[in-house]
Amino acid sequence: MGLFSKQNKQVLAKPLSLDNPIMVQVLGICSALAVTSQLKPAIVMGLAVTVITAFSNVIISIIRKSIPMRIRIIVQLVVVAALVTIVSQILKAFAYDVSVQLSVYVGLIITNCILMGRLEAFAMMNKPWPSFLDGIGNGLGYAMILIIVGFVRELFGRGTLLGFQVLPDSYVGNGMMTMPAMALILLGCIIWVHRAYFYKEEESK
Amino acid sequence: MKTNSNTYTIIYSSVLVVVVAFLLAFVFQALKPAQDVNVALDKQKQILYSLNIRGLDNIAAAAKYKEVVIADDIIDSNDKVVKAGSQGGTEAGFMLSSADYKAGKLALFRCKVDGKIKYVIPVYGMGLWGPINGYLAINDDKVTVFGAYFNHESETAGLGAEIKDNQKWQEKFQGKKLFKSGDNQNIALSTPKKVDDPATQVDGVSGATLTSNGVTAMFKECLTKYLKFLNDK
Repeated sequence: MGLFSKQNKQVLAKPLSLDNPIMVQVLGICSALAVTSQLKPAIVMGLAVTVITAFSNVIISIIRKSIPMRIRIIVQLVVVAALVTIVSQILKAFAYDVSVQLSVYVGLIITNCILMGRLEAFAMMNKPWPSFLDGIGNGLGYAMILIIVGFVRELFGRGTLLGFQVLPDSYVGNGMMTMPAMALILLGCIIWVHRAYFYKEEESK
Repeated sequence: MKTNSNTYTIIYSSVLVVVVAFLLAFVFQALKPAQDVNVALDKQKQILYSLNIRGLDNIAAAAKYKEVVIADDIIDSNDKVVKAGSQGGTEAGFMLSSADYKAGKLALFRCKVDGKIKYVIPVYGMGLWGPINGYLAINDDKVTVFGAYFNHESETAGLGAEIKDNQKWQEKFQGKKLFKSGDNQNIALSTPKKVDDPATQVDGVSGATLTSNGVTAMFKECLTKYLKFLNDK
């Protein structure tokens, strides 16, 4: 099997639309609501989840045959928590600014259901390389939605993008957009559009 | 290999925990020095931010801190200097944490910006989800705010976190008074939902009422400890 065989490409591309963790698997909603009131934390969170999903997928995939079935969830959790802690320590030492920004999100990554979902559903049964691609794909699928929601919320909520004023100064920010409730409504709209135009539940089977 | 037996499960989990523990301890030890440098530098930058000196890179900020801060004294609530700091000091008041603060050791940064004396007072409080803190720079009249900077550990991004991220909000503190005129015993500087007295109040962050209340409580609690100093003119 080649590194980018048809099967592997599918593993990478499927979570972007047809099997998107947020839109179709409906995982990781809570963090998607919490961090998307502005674009920047949404991007940082998306990238961090992508990296950590990919690497925890690889590690679990490598040791998948040795894990006792009865404590597999605990083992997965330990691996994820250790990885997140190491990443946050490294950030603190070498990219302090980013780590300060990430502060609360790092904790959220450990409890992100996408990670556990992918470890349980994919990494436990597949080889390291496809698992890595699956992690990247799901992370990017998650990041994509976060960025769309963050974009809309920051633009209409405060008239800025990444902190820069985009809409004219006379624009009064829509406070509703900065509330988590609005993220849920936006997410609903995204899922609706996605189901209506891109995703056919029955036909895909 | 039989991976379902009790013995295997117990041994496996023990080994895993020990390996992870060693790994984390190693990473922590190896990275600690680099992290400490970052933390100290970050603190220096925050003090400079409160003095409206922003946008410096790490090296320039460290140099500027040495130049601007005349002394990082430790005082007590009777305005007595417990331990004198030094020029560009990072040994005395700079080292104090919120715990020292509760024990009555108060840090006071005496600074000189463009030839004028400014005082920077650190403040500590609680936000909605966790601790918040900040630095308040005041003019030598000990009433007028020169600048402010706030920091938090876990406030909600885009809402409570705005106390740190929104520079415009911090700039609103410039020129505010600590006291209402005629009353120099009660700290009036606050961030309420509805501003009644524009001289001492700053509009709270919308969507973050509880964090804003925390900021108000922080001013009241911390600045009250400095009353003797603030009234000694």
